[in-house]
Amino acid sequence: MQPDRTPLLSVENLEVHFPIRAGVLQRQVGAVKAVDGVSFSLNRGETLSLVGESGCGKSTTGLALMGLVKPTGGRVQFDGQEIRGFNRAALKSYRRRMQIVFQDPFSSLNPRQRVKDIIRAPLDIHNVGTSAERDARVAELMERVGLRPDQADNFAHQFSGGQRQRIGIARALALNPDVIVCDEPVSALDVSVQAQILNLLSDLQRDLGVSYLAISHDLGVVEFISHRVAVMYLGKIVEIAPKAAIFAAPGHPYTELLMRSAPSRDPRKRHSFSASNDDIPSATKKPSGCPFHTRCPLVTAVCKTTEPALTARDDGRLVACHNR
Amino acid sequence: MSDTTTDTSLPVLQVSDLEIEIQSANGAFAVVSDMNLSVRAGETLCIVGESGCGKSMTALSLLRLLPDAAKIAGGKVLIDGEDFLAMNQRQVEDFRGEKIAMIFQEPLTALNPVLRIGEQIAESVRQHRKCTRREADARAVDVLRLVQMPDPERRAGQFPHELSGGMRQRAMIALALACDPKIIIADEPTTALDVTIQAQILGLISDLQKRLGTAQILITHDLGVVSEVADRVIVMYAGRKVEEASIFDLFDRPFHPYTIGLMGAVPGAGASSEAGDRLADIPGTVPPLWALPKGCAFAPRCPGASARCLEERPPFEEKRPGHWAACWEHDDAA
Repeated sequence: MQPDRTPLLSVENLEVHFPIRAGVLQRQVGAVKAVDGVSFSLNRGETLSLVGESGCGKSTTGLALMGLVKPTGGRVQFDGQEIRGFNRAALKSYRRRMQIVFQDPFSSLNPRQRVKDIIRAPLDIHNVGTSAERDARVAELMERVGLRPDQADNFAHQFSGGQRQRIGIARALALNPDVIVCDEPVSALDVSVQAQILNLLSDLQRDLGVSYLAISHDLGVVEFISHRVAVMYLGKIVEIAPKAAIFAAPGHPYTELLMRSAPSRDPRKRHSFSASNDDIPSATKKPSGCPFHTRCPLVTAVCKTTEPALTARDDGRLVACHNR
Repeated sequence: MSDTTTDTSLPVLQVSDLEIEIQSANGAFAVVSDMNLSVRAGETLCIVGESGCGKSMTALSLLRLLPDAAKIAGGKVLIDGEDFLAMNQRQVEDFRGEKIAMIFQEPLTALNPVLRIGEQIAESVRQHRKCTRREADARAVDVLRLVQMPDPERRAGQFPHELSGGMRQRAMIALALACDPKIIIADEPTTALDVTIQAQILGLISDLQKRLGTAQILITHDLGVVSEVADRVIVMYAGRKVEEASIFDLFDRPFHPYTIGLMGAVPGAGASSEAGDRLADIPGTVPPLWALPKGCAFAPRCPGASARCLEERPPFEEKRPGHWAACWEHDDAA
C-alpha cells in the first residue's frame, strides 16, 4: 500500500534533557541530552523506523511523543494540531489516536489483571460505548490479533511471550489509533515467534491503515517493516532516507558502520571484523562538533568543532555530515 | 602454536548420551536428552536454538555449574580424555579455568562487582599456577592486552562498573583465557551488546582462536552469529538435537523443517523486502518440556508432519555424508 503524503505527525526540534544533579544542594551540574533536537514527520499508513544503539535516544523519543516523559523543548503537531505543554487534558484526546506497544511483554502487562480487563482498559478510560459493546470489542480485538476470545478470563502470566505481545497489540488497537509507537516490539521474542508478530503488524497496517513509529536496534527488523528509516546517534538523527535507498547505499558514515557491523547471513561471505576497541561515547560527555567524529573514518578538522546540520541531498535523503 | 588447527588427535571435549533433568513440584522432567557432541582443538561448534531448547543447560553442565534444581541424570563428559562427571569437587575446581572456561552472556553479573578487574584475573591465575602475586598481576595485564583492552595497566585497576559493556566483555574473555584453557564455552557472548560492539567482540573471538587454537562451543540464538564464526553447528529443539552439520552444509541445504523454518523467519535475509511482505513464520509455540508430545516434538508445528511423526520420535541419523538430522523425512533431493 502506498502511504498518503500528508504528515500525520510532525516533530520539530524535540528535546529531552535530563538534569544531572550533584552535591548536598542537588544543584544541576549538567544535563544528559538524551534527545537533542530531533525532527521528522510520519505519514498516514507509513512506518518510520528509528534505529540506533543503546543510549542514542530512540526510546526516549518514543516515550516523549507519548507524553510518558516530558519533552524539554520542541514542537509536536498531530493531524495539524499542536500538542501544547503535554499536560493531562492535551494528552487525553491525543492518546486516543496515538498508542504504544512496549518491548517487554512480561513487564508491561499487569499480572493481576485478566486479559479482557487489560484490553478493555483504554475503552473504559475513554468511555467508549456501553459495557456490552466494550466486551464485544475485546472479543473482536482478540480475534484480530490471533488470540482465542475464550481465553479472555485468563491472566497474562498464562500466556507465552508471543501471545503476551499480541495482548499488548490488542490493547494498543482498542481505540482505533492512527499511530502506534512500537518500542522494540519483537526484541524480547524468539525468532520463530518474532516473525509471527512482524507479520501481524504488517497485516494490521494493510487492513487498518495505521502508522507505526517503530523503534528498533535490529536492522533485519527495520528492513522488513519500514517505509523510511531514521538513524540516531547520541540524541541526534544523522540520516533519514527511504528504506530501499538507505539499505542500498548508506549516506552517513555511522549508518555505514551499523550496516557493516550486522553479521553476515552467508558463511561464505564472513566479515573480517576488527577486534580493536571502539566505544560509543557516553551521552553525558558528548563529543564536541559532530557527535560521531571520535569514531568516524572520514573525520576532518571541521567535524571536531562544528556540528553538521541535517541537510537534503540530491536523492531526497537527509544526511548530517560535512564530508558526505 | 600454528599446527593446532589441523589436529587429528582425540577431541578435547567429548559428550555422550548426556541427560539433564529438572526436579519440579510435579516430578522430574528431562530438559536435555541424548546429547552427543565433540569438539577438537581449533574448532568452533555452535549450538543454536530458541529459549528453552536446552542449549544453555548443556553449556552449564559442561562446567558442572547447573542450578540446584537441575541434575545430570546420565551420560559421560570427557575433557581431554578424563571423565569430568566422575571427579570430586576439588578436581572439578582444578579443571575449571585450567582446561575448560566459560564466557557468560552478561559480564556485569558474571564479574565480581567489588573486585578490581586485574585482581579477579590474578585470583584465577593463583588458583591454578604456582606463582607470586606479582607474577599473577603481570599475567592479568598480559591477558588484558591479548584481548585488546585499551590501556590494560590502568584498566586492571578498575572495577567492572567503570568499564563500558564492550570492555567488560573483553575483561570476561581475558578472565576465561587467563590459564590457557583448552576449551572455551561461550553462552550468548554478544547478545547483550550493541551491534557495532558485537562486531568487535566477534572479531576478537575469531582472532584469538586463530592465535591460540582453543576449542570453542558457542551457544547462541542468532543465526547471523553462527554464520560468522561456526565451523560446525548443532540445532536444538525442545531438549534434543534435531540437526548437526558443517556450517556450509547447514546453510546451503538445511535438512530439518525446524532449521528451514528458523532460517526463513529471520527478517532482512535475502533481497530487500517491500513493506507489506510476509515472513515465513513457524506457527504455534515450543511445547513445554514437561508436556512434550509423544512423537517428534516439532510435529505439531511442522508443515510436513505425517501421522507417523505424531506417534513415533524420529531417530537422529546421518541423512547425507556428515549431515545428521532427526526427521522421518528422507532426502529425496539426493
